[in-house]
Amino acid sequence: MAKLELREVIKAFDDKTVCDGIDLDVEVGEMVCLIGASGAGKSTLLRCINLLEPIDDGAIYLDDTDIAEPGFDPLLVRRRVGMVFQSYNLFPHMTAAENVMLAPRRVTGRSRADLKDEAEALFAQFGLVDQMAKYPDQLSGGQQQRVAIVRALAMRPEVMLFDEITSALDPQLVGEVLDALRALKSQGMTMVLATHEMGFAREAADKVCFLKHGRILEEGPAETLFQAPQNAETQAFLARALK
Amino acid sequence: MNKPNAAGMTRRQAFEARQRLRSAVIAATSTVVVASAIIWAVPRAPGWEKVQASFFNAEVFARSFPKLLDAFLINIMIFAWCAPAIAILGLLIALARDVRAPALYPLRILGAAYTDIFRGVPVILTVYLIGFGIPGLGLPRPWNSPYIWGSLALILTYAAYVAEIFRSGIDSVHESQRAAARSLGLSERQVMRDVVLPQAIRRVVPSQMNMLIALQKDVSLLSFIGPVEIFRQAGVFKSLLANFTPYVGAALIFLAVTIPATRYADYLMAKQARERS
Ligand SMILES: Nc1ncnc2c1ncn2[C@@H]1O[C@H](COP(=O)(O)OP(=O)(O)OP(=O)(O)O)[C@@H](O)[C@H]1O
Ligand SMILES: [Mg+2]
Repeated sequence: MAKLELREVIKAFDDKTVCDGIDLDVEVGEMVCLIGASGAGKSTLLRCINLLEPIDDGAIYLDDTDIAEPGFDPLLVRRRVGMVFQSYNLFPHMTAAENVMLAPRRVTGRSRADLKDEAEALFAQFGLVDQMAKYPDQLSGGQQQRVAIVRALAMRPEVMLFDEITSALDPQLVGEVLDALRALKSQGMTMVLATHEMGFAREAADKVCFLKHGRILEEGPAETLFQAPQNAETQAFLARALK
Repeated sequence: MNKPNAAGMTRRQAFEARQRLRSAVIAATSTVVVASAIIWAVPRAPGWEKVQASFFNAEVFARSFPKLLDAFLINIMIFAWCAPAIAILGLLIALARDVRAPALYPLRILGAAYTDIFRGVPVILTVYLIGFGIPGLGLPRPWNSPYIWGSLALILTYAAYVAEIFRSGIDSVHESQRAAARSLGLSERQVMRDVVLPQAIRRVVPSQMNMLIALQKDVSLLSFIGPVEIFRQAGVFKSLLANFTPYVGAALIFLAVTIPATRYADYLMAKQARERS
């Protein structure tokens, strides 16, 4: 079985069905990109995988365990599945280092001193050592987003979810964040991304899924999907997106 | 371009310096004119002699002022134990009103009822009801002390307002902050304690400063049930010396505390507005 398997996932807000029977397999070490127009349900799907939103029907298997089973402890899932958001959402009252160490301290009960070396290694890996003592408002958008990635990684997640993490950035800062994603991929992290960066999806993704109205209309290897999309909707979307 | 002149200023700086000087001169002149008019006009009012004798009597002032200062220590004392109690109770009520667990639903109702009731009743009425009512049950000393029950009345009333301010602060922390914290595997309690509350409390500091200033003044309401704090002490002097000057003295003492505090609260408020823009 795959690392992450979604089966017939259904999620509705009031009367509006936002995920309408999603099936998706994510293998260990795979990078899966979700593409599709605004409102297609990409963010909602990611939030469901992290149990930030409860799903209405279907199943989500993480290593063969159905985490969407009502009553399943969401904290256990979130400690294994990290998430990074479009708007960084760093905690403004803490330094970058405190942002990163908060969850490990609270969840594993380890002290700051105990965690410091590990945190520093992570910061170093993303070229952020000099920023550790700074507050979020002293950092550029690209640095903030990389700190947010480090913060999620500090919990040693097995899967990472990224929700349009470059969409709020100035164009010249997008590159450094995408580089961080490439680095993660090369380390074998299992990742699911919602993205509007078609170039990046094409180059780096193992699999690309095109979503519309809460359904996956087409999925396949990046090269195939971008070169020779089968579905008419995918063709239309890509024609617009790549223009 | 922008060559410094003899005084080492650029043309723009020199221009702005002239503008500032001009504004200062105009402000000073108009202040002097208005102040002179008041100083000239007030003593010519028909009742001024009488007012001066009964409100601005230097001799009475000198005699009563030190005692008023002493009495003010009692205000400070009552304030000093009420303020932290209010902060803690207010925060607990704010949290109680936000609990999501169904088993704690009664807490939510109690919290809502509490804030409605204590914000709906005039402070002086609460002071009377609790301050006279509870010792009226025939409690033994020291449990019949008006200090205890008067303070409790203030604490209960102010905690209701303070709780609402905390709640507005909690609501002002954006949902995305909670989502980020939850996505890291923090429990609801940890999210509240580590992420939401620190931001919420910072944001409401200026408003809570204003509550402290109001409390400082309302401590005087306890004079109605016994404690001889500054207002009561001024009343004693008034009866003794048949003169209102002690009240003016008391007012000056309050102002000496509340004006700097108000200025400081305004400063914090303005600073926060700047930071957020
Ligand atoms: N909490 C919510 N309550 C009600 N409706 C919601 C909620 N969250 C999302 N929706 C709706 O669900 C639909 C899908 O939203 P979602 O954010 O998942 O789309 P998206 O594909 O991520 O779009 P974008 O590219 O703009 O981020 C939208 O129509 C949105 O209005
Ligand atoms: Mg989205």
